[in-house]
Amino acid sequence: MTSVIDERATEAPAAPSRLLPPAGPGRPPDRLDDHLRRWGPAAGLDDPRGSAAAGLIDAVAAAGLRGRGGGGFPTAAKLRAVAGAGGRRAPVVVVNAAESEPASAKDRALMTGAPHLVLDGAQLAAAAIGARRITVAVHRGDPAADSLAAAVHERAARWPAAAPVEIAQLPRRYVASQETALVRWLSGGEARPTVAPPRPSERGVGKHPALVQNAETLADLALIGRFGPTWFRSVGTPDEPGTRLFTVSGAVADPGVYELAGGARGAEVLARAGGGPGGVQAVLVGGYGGRWVSTDGFRAAPLTTGRGPGTVALGAGVVIALPPDGCGVRETARLARWLADQSAGQCGPCAFGLPAISAQLTALAAGWLDRGGVATLERWAGQIRGRGACAHPDGVTQLVTSALTVFAAEVDQHVTGRCSARPEAPPVCPLPTGDEAEPWR
Amino acid sequence: MALTGRAPEPGLITVDPIRCTAHGLCAELLPERVTLDDWGYPIIDGRPLDAGLRAAARRAATACPTLALQLR
Ligand SMILES: Cc1cc2nc3c(=O)[nH]c(=O)nc-3n(C[C@H](O)[C@H](O)[C@H](O)COP(=O)(O)O)c2cc1C
Ligand code: SF4
Ligand code: SF4
Repeated sequence: MTSVIDERATEAPAAPSRLLPPAGPGRPPDRLDDHLRRWGPAAGLDDPRGSAAAGLIDAVAAAGLRGRGGGGFPTAAKLRAVAGAGGRRAPVVVVNAAESEPASAKDRALMTGAPHLVLDGAQLAAAAIGARRITVAVHRGDPAADSLAAAVHERAARWPAAAPVEIAQLPRRYVASQETALVRWLSGGEARPTVAPPRPSERGVGKHPALVQNAETLADLALIGRFGPTWFRSVGTPDEPGTRLFTVSGAVADPGVYELAGGARGAEVLARAGGGPGGVQAVLVGGYGGRWVSTDGFRAAPLTTGRGPGTVALGAGVVIALPPDGCGVRETARLARWLADQSAGQCGPCAFGLPAISAQLTALAAGWLDRGGVATLERWAGQIRGRGACAHPDGVTQLVTSALTVFAAEVDQHVTGRCSARPEAPPVCPLPTGDEAEPWR
Repeated sequence: MALTGRAPEPGLITVDPIRCTAHGLCAELLPERVTLDDWGYPIIDGRPLDAGLRAAARRAATACPTLALQLR
């Protein structure tokens, strides 16, 4: 019987190309045979109740895996919490593959290019916590749903005894993939967040404890299950073991999804995307609940899961390079408007504060706001932090506050009614369109 | 995962932001710890309650029409 902590480093591919399939986009989705040829049999899948599943949580702990969905929570702690939530109801596994971040494409790249790796991870996690049901959540109309359904079908034929996998398509709303909203929706409610506790690990889908895990986290977990923690840690740094997926866009030569060793610096991320040939004014890091960082700061700092002195939090791995002729104030005002529209409208500070912040930023971008108005904006951002049921308003205020700092000179320009950007420069931060009337159910 | 201020701690006041409907009674009954933001929603001073404030805090929690304000 293979144990998950067995090291089989010789069979493991050279880093850092672990998660993404070898060839670029345009390649057909990874078939099960291709997958098994590349990675070998998955420890535990043929024997879901065997010792591989039993040792998995310890292996994940030793590997130091933390969530790739933006929060960075230690995965082993979550596995233990759900496994120990006990009660009469068996836990469930929820694969968060919704990827609500408009500028992120890494989970889609995984779901279309390596769906079996993510599903291996989900099945191993299910075996380790005693779950008998797996749900993969994507947004309604996500093209990844088709390749995913094909992958699920192939597996059901190969492993009829494995936990059944269901694909759920949730409303196209930014906060719908926040974990409490996700489990509320899967329980038959609206895709709006709830107050935690109880956390999904305590009471998730129906009354079943739910392990909600980002797709990339589960792909990493699948490899830890196969090759063990020492192999996992052979790439990256002690604090940032393994690899990380980045979605790089904006003023770079080759926008796309890239896999880098954990702890990589911003300069390496930009280099992988061909660099910024025309110059880069600043970088938006993490996602739309992330932050703007100066280009020099970004290039020099290690990108880390948590935030620490001298580091930049990589969040969901979004990196957007603002070109020299772009306007950070205008970009942020546009994002703030969209983010305010994404509020689930349940908590006063979020439902009223975000539109107010957005209106104030729009006025600043138009050159109508004075110093006092900017001070009000800063005060509101400080007031709202930590006062919603979910972290949505915290993300928005972090983004806005970072813009006021990084683009301080540009803010000064705008206060005097000027803008140093090219007036007709198109925005670089992508936003979805046509989702305005999307229902919550 | 931001958990800021959401996990209750003993001797603290918490507001369930989904239940709260900005009646503002809490700020009237416990001005030492509760102020209102620009939209009338409570901002809680997170310092633990000293003994002298516990009775007022209990009154505020009872008075909250939506039971959003809780004392732990
Ligand atoms: C507004 C908002 C949107 C989120 N959207 C996603 C998402 O699309 N995908 C995701 O994996 N996590 C998302 N999260 C984080 C989840 O709540 C949760 O922390 C994550 O799925 C846990 O998985 P992990 O521990 O593997 O990262 C979002 C959080 C917030 C506050
Ligand atoms: S903070 Fe905003 S997005 Fe989150 S639950 Fe409250 S209203 Fe909804
Ligand atoms: S009394 Fe209750 S509902 Fe009114 S503001 Fe205070 S917490 Fe909110």
